[in-house]
Amino acid sequence: MDNKKSVGRRAFEWFDAQLPIVTWLDHVVGTKYAAPRNLNYFWNFGALAGIMLVIMIATGIFLAMAYTPHVDHAFDSVERIMRDVNSGWLLRYMHANGASFMFIAVYIHIFRGLYYGSYKAPRQVLWWLGIILLICMMAAAFTGYVLPWGQMSFWAATVITNLFSAIPVIGESITSWLWGGFSVDNPTLNRFFALHFLLPFVIVGVVVLHVWALHIPGSNNPLGIDASGPNDKVPFHPYYTVKDVFGLGVFLLIFFAIVFWAPNFLGHPDNYIQADPFVTPSHIVPEWYFLMFYAILRAIPDKLLGVIAMFGAIFVLFVLPWLDTSRIRSGTFRPVFKIFFWILVADCILLTYCGAALAEGIPLLLSRIGTFWYFFHFLFILPVIGWIEVPNPIPESISASVTSKRAD
Amino acid sequence: MQKFFLATTVVASLTVASFEGLAAVDEVILAPQDWTFNGFTGGFDRQQLQRGFQIHREICAACHSLNYIAFRNLGDLGYSEAQIKALAAEYELEDGPDEEGDMFYRAAVPSDYFPGPYPNDNFARASNNGSLPPDLSLITKARVGGPDYLYNLLLAYEEPPPDVEVVFGMEYNSVFSGGQIAMPQQLFDDLIEYADGTPATADQMARDVTAFLHWAAEPKLEVRKTTGIRVILFTLVFTILAYFLKRRVWSRLDNPSD
Repeated sequence: MDNKKSVGRRAFEWFDAQLPIVTWLDHVVGTKYAAPRNLNYFWNFGALAGIMLVIMIATGIFLAMAYTPHVDHAFDSVERIMRDVNSGWLLRYMHANGASFMFIAVYIHIFRGLYYGSYKAPRQVLWWLGIILLICMMAAAFTGYVLPWGQMSFWAATVITNLFSAIPVIGESITSWLWGGFSVDNPTLNRFFALHFLLPFVIVGVVVLHVWALHIPGSNNPLGIDASGPNDKVPFHPYYTVKDVFGLGVFLLIFFAIVFWAPNFLGHPDNYIQADPFVTPSHIVPEWYFLMFYAILRAIPDKLLGVIAMFGAIFVLFVLPWLDTSRIRSGTFRPVFKIFFWILVADCILLTYCGAALAEGIPLLLSRIGTFWYFFHFLFILPVIGWIEVPNPIPESISASVTSKRAD
Repeated sequence: MQKFFLATTVVASLTVASFEGLAAVDEVILAPQDWTFNGFTGGFDRQQLQRGFQIHREICAACHSLNYIAFRNLGDLGYSEAQIKALAAEYELEDGPDEEGDMFYRAAVPSDYFPGPYPNDNFARASNNGSLPPDLSLITKARVGGPDYLYNLLLAYEEPPPDVEVVFGMEYNSVFSGGQIAMPQQLFDDLIEYADGTPATADQMARDVTAFLHWAAEPKLEVRKTTGIRVILFTLVFTILAYFLKRRVWSRLDNPSD
């Protein structure tokens, strides 16, 4: 008998031999996953998005227990949550603002990927899974926004579902099919609730695939070069778990500041007015995280082309790994790319601004320029600078770069 | 790396600044008020809420409902249970059907919600020249500008500028969108007598009723802030500890002997 092992240890080994879930986790986010040692704080945002997803599901389940998906009761039930359900106001404010913070985390995560070339070989499938996650998240956010059945809920649902009517011939039938009737009404609210409950679990599934695909090549890093030796890597636990925990603390501080002191800052006042199909709000706007796509939609005078451009703005990301012709992954060593990267960031912010403004005059002109530039960046600039750019010298290994930095 | 962070910060602040600019262009400039519920720890003034409730009861409630407020909620304003019971009993509600199948009227009890002034929306419109007086339970959260908007609106009745022709049955109000509002001016100096003896100027009344309606819209405001302070303090300590733990763990890379 092995006297050195404690009872607990032996019990664990017995269990782990039959269901090695702990060992598996140790390989996923534990001591057995070797990550590049030079990941900066921009690498926190994947984990942060995952934690926001958990917060959303946890608060969402309890909200669903007190919510009534019926046009006559939805708005009232949300107010009941705010007033009578124990800590209901906290659940709802965390859930509503949690959506925004999940988008903040995901958008930073995406731009980090764009800057450091995380979409390039051998990580194209990982990138695709990320885009699928973004699309699922958008669907979840949209269906969720409809549930309180305020004026913006109703009219956002009307505007977005009507987009499908732009499809020639079958468009009208598709729209009726989505509505479950001839306008946004009770059947629409019912199915949106069902979908809003389903989608987060679809997202969890795709996150598993995303993390799986990540572990095949391993994490990219700010230098964009492959880790070559044991000196280039550190075990994920404790190095990155502790770094993620610290990053989480900072992120939550900002999140809680909004939840507790400005919970309606990111929302629209009109959504505190119950939905009324006979009164159109003077200015229908989506939540901030959709404004950019809304600006692209409205920039194009033709409805069908506008819809195509809006969806195209996301779908162009699927082919991005082949549009970027440069072999260098990290933007750090690409002097020309770097400039255009920041122009793209500015362009996305400009489009977000235009999406919030009325579609007329200068904002409309700017949204047209911004839309053109968005596609021009991906379809023309990226392929071309890949050919003409002279990259800066790249360090031979991660550890060499770290050591030289320390010598400075 | 540092440049990257710097650039991100600059971009973020520019974004916030530009959106604030955008909001300012669209809206009438409202004089921001020094509400007791503003700020990091600000809460409600019970005396003010009671005065505001009096305004609501004696003036607003003639045309506006307050659907999400039950009599029992008035405990938040500092009224005792007996006071709430007596107050509820002043209202009469239709209830039923009874065992014979007939509807009947009874005095309200604390668990009842405030009855509205009209039996239905059509009745409300018919009584108000076609306009529907909105429910006031969420009014401060349902308007851009919130309490500042409501306060300014209530006092913004003026003579119309010469180029504006006010439609019959409407009033000119410089804060209201479009400038013409169906609700006539309601607040005049000394229109009512406050139970607590405060001089009832129009300004005071507008201020008090706005505070009351902000309580009605956001009754959990105080518990939200007190919870928030505890949550932030906890998270702050947690984050600081995590920071030092992180430094300690990463220092092992510099001193492999540890």
